Amino acid sequence: MTMVLALVEHEEGRLAETSQQALTLARDLADQEDAPLAAVVFEDDDEQVGFELASYGVTELYRVEHDRLDRYAPDARAATVHQLVDEHDPEAVVAPGSDRGHDVLGRAAARLGVPMAANCVEVTAGDGYEVTRHRWGGSLLEHARIDGSPALLSVAQHEVAAEEAEDGGSLTEHSFTPTLADSDLLVGIDRIEESDEEGVPLEEARVVVGGGRGVGGPEDYDKLEELADLLGGTVGASRAAVNEGWRPHDDQVGLTGAKISPDVYIACGISGAVQHMVGCKGAKNILAINTDPEAAIMENGEYAVVGDLHEVVPAITEAIREG
Amino acid sequence: MEALACIKRVPDTGAKIPLTDDQQSIDTTTLGFTVSPHEECAVEEAVQQVETHGGSTTALTLGPEEASEQLYTAIARGADEGVLLEAGDEEWRPTATARAIADAIEELERKFDLLLFGNESADTENYQVGPRVANELDVPCVTGIKDLEVTDGSAVAKREVTGGSEVYEVPLPAVVAVKEGINSPRYPSMRSRMRAKRQELTRMDPERVDGPTFERIRLEAPETDEGAAEVLGEGPEAAPAVVDVLEDIGVL
Amino acid sequence: MSSRELPSSAGTVIIGAGIVGNSLAYHLARMGRDDIVLMDKGPLPDPGGSTGHASNFLMPVEHSKEMTHLTRRSIEQYDEMDMFTNSGGIEVARTEERVEELKRRVQSAKAWGEAGELLTPEEVEEHVPYINTDLIKAGFYSEGAGTCDPLRAGEIMRERAEDSLTVSPNTEVLDLHVEDGSIAAVETDRGTVEADEVAIAAGLWSPKIAAMAGVDIPLTPAVHQLISVGPISFFEQFEGEINHPVVRDMDTQMYERPSGNDMEVGSYQHRPILWDVDEIMSIDEAPLSPTQPPLTEDAFQKSMEDSLELMPEVLDDPDAGIRYEIDGLLSVTPDGAPLLGPLQDVEGLWSVSAVWIKEAPAIGEAVAQWMTRGWSDIDLHASNVNRFYEYGTSRKFVKNRAHEGYQKIYGIVHPSEQWQSSRPLRTSAFYNRQDELDARFFEAGGWERPQWFWSNEDLVRTYNEELEGLLRANEWDSRWWSPIILGEHLHMRDHVAMIGDMGFGIFDFVGSDVADYMERMVVGRTDVDVGKTVYTPVLADNGGFVSDLTVARLGPEHYRVVTGGAVAGSDRAWFEGRIGDDEEVTLVDRSESLCTLGVWGPDAREVLQEVAEEDMSHEAFPPYTAQEITVGGVDAWAMRLSYVGELGWEIYAPMGQGQRLWDVVAEAGEEYDIRPVGMGVYGTTGRMEKGYRLFGHELELEYTPAEAGLTFHGVKDADFNGKEAYARAIEEDNAATLCTLSVDDHVSSEGERRFMLGNEPILDGEGEVIVDEEGRRSYVTSAGTGPTVGKHLLMAYLPPEHAEEGHSLQVEYMGEHYPVTVEVVGSRPLFDPKNERIRS
Repeated sequence: MTMVLALVEHEEGRLAETSQQALTLARDLADQEDAPLAAVVFEDDDEQVGFELASYGVTELYRVEHDRLDRYAPDARAATVHQLVDEHDPEAVVAPGSDRGHDVLGRAAARLGVPMAANCVEVTAGDGYEVTRHRWGGSLLEHARIDGSPALLSVAQHEVAAEEAEDGGSLTEHSFTPTLADSDLLVGIDRIEESDEEGVPLEEARVVVGGGRGVGGPEDYDKLEELADLLGGTVGASRAAVNEGWRPHDDQVGLTGAKISPDVYIACGISGAVQHMVGCKGAKNILAINTDPEAAIMENGEYAVVGDLHEVVPAITEAIREG
Repeated sequence: MEALACIKRVPDTGAKIPLTDDQQSIDTTTLGFTVSPHEECAVEEAVQQVETHGGSTTALTLGPEEASEQLYTAIARGADEGVLLEAGDEEWRPTATARAIADAIEELERKFDLLLFGNESADTENYQVGPRVANELDVPCVTGIKDLEVTDGSAVAKREVTGGSEVYEVPLPAVVAVKEGINSPRYPSMRSRMRAKRQELTRMDPERVDGPTFERIRLEAPETDEGAAEVLGEGPEAAPAVVDVLEDIGVL
Repeated sequence: MSSRELPSSAGTVIIGAGIVGNSLAYHLARMGRDDIVLMDKGPLPDPGGSTGHASNFLMPVEHSKEMTHLTRRSIEQYDEMDMFTNSGGIEVARTEERVEELKRRVQSAKAWGEAGELLTPEEVEEHVPYINTDLIKAGFYSEGAGTCDPLRAGEIMRERAEDSLTVSPNTEVLDLHVEDGSIAAVETDRGTVEADEVAIAAGLWSPKIAAMAGVDIPLTPAVHQLISVGPISFFEQFEGEINHPVVRDMDTQMYERPSGNDMEVGSYQHRPILWDVDEIMSIDEAPLSPTQPPLTEDAFQKSMEDSLELMPEVLDDPDAGIRYEIDGLLSVTPDGAPLLGPLQDVEGLWSVSAVWIKEAPAIGEAVAQWMTRGWSDIDLHASNVNRFYEYGTSRKFVKNRAHEGYQKIYGIVHPSEQWQSSRPLRTSAFYNRQDELDARFFEAGGWERPQWFWSNEDLVRTYNEELEGLLRANEWDSRWWSPIILGEHLHMRDHVAMIGDMGFGIFDFVGSDVADYMERMVVGRTDVDVGKTVYTPVLADNGGFVSDLTVARLGPEHYRVVTGGAVAGSDRAWFEGRIGDDEEVTLVDRSESLCTLGVWGPDAREVLQEVAEEDMSHEAFPPYTAQEITVGGVDAWAMRLSYVGELGWEIYAPMGQGQRLWDVVAEAGEEYDIRPVGMGVYGTTGRMEKGYRLFGHELELEYTPAEAGLTFHGVKDADFNGKEAYARAIEEDNAATLCTLSVDDHVSSEGERRFMLGNEPILDGEGEVIVDEEGRRSYVTSAGTGPTVGKHLLMAYLPPEHAEEGHSLQVEYMGEHYPVTVEVVGSRPLFDPKNERIRS
């Protein structure tokens, strides 16, 4: 019996959102193939995950059990996928486009000697699979045909809306114990380090609160500092502000300063000159706060608040505290 | 220590990427070329490790003749030598690329301790070349690395996760696929840029072995809504909406 | 101020929010326009044009007075906005030839009123401690130079204009609507704005916008390479954006400009890289900005080496990397000057294009003056957009000239230097004949005109004695010059000469209102008998010169205006723009259909009488009249006048019969030894001896007819442009008067005879530059040898205390002072003061 096999991640019994998205696409594929949807889970810490998987239409669950798999070991997971493929011959293996998803699927592809399509947003079964996938961080879409046995697909994060199956069915759990070599366990997490966000360099900060000429003077950076601290982030500045002497050059974000790649860049009173935007284009999200709705940064960013940063920033700080 | 940094020549693009009329590739008429940001960091990491531990850095790329520019840039940034696998203008899939790189590494008869890759290339984003090369060479591989420390015969590599990092310790030689942020790549000095141009590159003619098919049909520039910023509100009243967004992004 | 809503109509729409668009908006608002829309395709404050990547330094001293004054005025404006840092600037010389050029810089600095001095390498090092003095031979220090922030200045200008201005960024112009020859509306992706007046300030996109209205703005995008290197540890000890002078390394065509801890290295050394506007990336596609494509690295190699060699201490800092590198795109025009003013053919449409940040605030101001009152304080004639009208707007021409001119940006450009590309372009009916006689062609307004004829070389021997002391031994002085010009001149004075096609602009005006119209346009009385000619100034409202030209009355409702070829385009625009809406006046441009042959000299009448069917006697054809004549079967029209001070005629004939006209006259003149002579005689030697003024040299907006000595018309009853100011100028004492001077001693300290070429400062006995009470400095407006009077002649405006015949002064030339004497105050000719020859 052929199947579509999904790799999923969960934490404390809850599926990761990206795994829900991957499952949604995998189910669509299984429906197209008229094949059952199977899932494999490695974290063997909670019974609950079976119910949630069932609600996403998974009918076969492979719980991986192995006494040496107490920690994340990507090669061991790839070896497991390889063995499951050998055993069940799935049409496709689908994983979330997460760090671990890619880490495991890439290795599995190498072991299996099959192609992999990363960051898919749509897959159509037919003569092989026709996939639509992201390139350039989603700035381009690639339409391609993948012809693997199986086809390995990762699903772009937050592109496919997670949807439970219309009719929740039954799920059969299987225990699966892979055969693992020492080499499969060579790479694995040794320990987890808690992050110490204090004094994070701009380049590494997950949150950067930037201030430009609109801040108006060195003292008003306090408001930005406060918000940055609350979010475990760091303060940056535009070249204009540095040239005014309000902030040291080390704080400068831009072409001749730091190139940042935080999860969110909160740009306050920054117009968005080209030279500045080059420094923050690595930011996953830009939230601009500016009085001018036409400022370049308002066009370039993901989110915008039109208003005076001197009022808006303290309001956000307060809302977080209250939250 | 011998370090290898593998890089890929990619167009330097803006927000919108122009396509050729046949939709098979990017129209690079007016675009410059660079390497993926992750790979810039890979080169920098190699150079820094060699600065700390001694040895030399080799930059390697597979691509058209013009990719020699990117090797010269890597040399200007501190790499000691450059290897060009002359692959012509066509795009190579990760399987063939990894095979060619693995072949080249063997052919070079150099014992690389550290094989650095970008986690994924900026243009095709396949996430595969590093792991596939590791598989070919049968060496350990870590991906998504944002911190690397090399000690005697092994490497401690860290991958960022929410609230901290996962720490991996692997014996060398190893493949390490790095992410932007692991370091701040230096800007090449004028002198090193001039010197780099005078350096001889090692040129190799790789054999292309394609795996099972992956066939591009066409590329497409997705519709973008002009002025994409979502306005969350005006003035301080927007604060709650901002908090929601920060929660969605996952920084709260 | 910023608004997503575009108004449906506006008084003035400015397309392009770079520095010059902002400046124009601000100054228009200041001058009372309250209904302005400023739009740009890109975002603000940096919409993506050249303003966003300029290196932002201003070196005020240039050989062009217009450009120097515009830069000075811009510095004042930046400074007033607190956007100027006075860093000083130094041009360094690596070669002896450049040292001479730097001396000429000092000369120009003095002439235009800027600080400027020559430095030894050691003195350069005091200002720029990191320079390699082994490489340089001298420096020119421009104390007034500095840097600015044009993006911020633009913001300030928009803020100041706030009450009168709607700013609309991210607004793309899709079309310009033209109705009945006038601009009607600007159609954008945010709606259509009806407008009375539209100014195109879109930089290198200007041609594209102009094409929407069917007109040409001749410029091309070209690459200027720029890198930024840092952080440089040497600069870390200093605060602020710039602490050392900007250095221009002239001989490598590069500059080094400190900026914070970085050094910006810019180059014009590389091969010219020209772009087509359609190749330029859109804002969305550009990684940096549309005008900042990636550096073409191979073209920059030599520049990298040269700059490292000049400033090893800072550029070879091991920690300093190349942080930024671009092929910056900027606008280059066929002659390097901006493109300003009302565009021919579409009323209400203006060009404010090809402007550098160093001139932009002043140009915005000057064009605003031009738009609101018809003339600007700083004369912009050399930048008039219409100077290429009808000949120099093709893509190929613009590219060829831009390619050639690129090397002149930092080059040593001789004042008479000729263009090599796209020639010949405009040739008259006489061209082939002239070419057969080995003419040395110079170009004016696109026309090929002989400067002298190699076939006349024998005249140098003939006049051997007369030419003694007037021959130029120095290479620079004699570049683009020949002693044959002097021989041709003397031959004309003794016998007869023919001058084929002066490249005139010829405009016929017809219609029932033409008499009133013409009267209004010019100073001289034009309500004259049919057949009369009038030489007259054309004035702006301030009484300054717009042009000087000849008006001939051909019929009761028919006038012909003949003007200089170089100003034909701008003059036509001036006349065309002043035809009233209800006025019955039609302009017919005959410049391309009529050729002109001048026949002058004592034997001119004998020669012409042999071939003309009409009576050419003094009585039948008096001076300053015009008649139709038939010459050897060619139907022609002739005016009896002369710009060279001789008896003779200008004969106008259909272009197609020009060659026949030439042949007929040449054959008839054979027994009188008629010689074709060049523009060297017509434009310089002849007129200098006669004290005739030349527009753009003696005549410009800053001086009045009274000062130029051209008030012989008096003040007529009828109203005319500039009448009030003109009448006032006649009443008042002149602050300066145009004089003719002669050089007393040509011998330099090296023992070489030197000859001034024009634009040199005039000094008093103490060696101080002479300045009149209005602050205008005395300089040589024209220089040329007068072979008949046996002297090298200079024209200059002098204040009353110096404007005395016989008075001794000095002129500075290439770093030395030469004694000169005032020969004539006013317009009295030095040669034949009573004009007996013309009237003979």
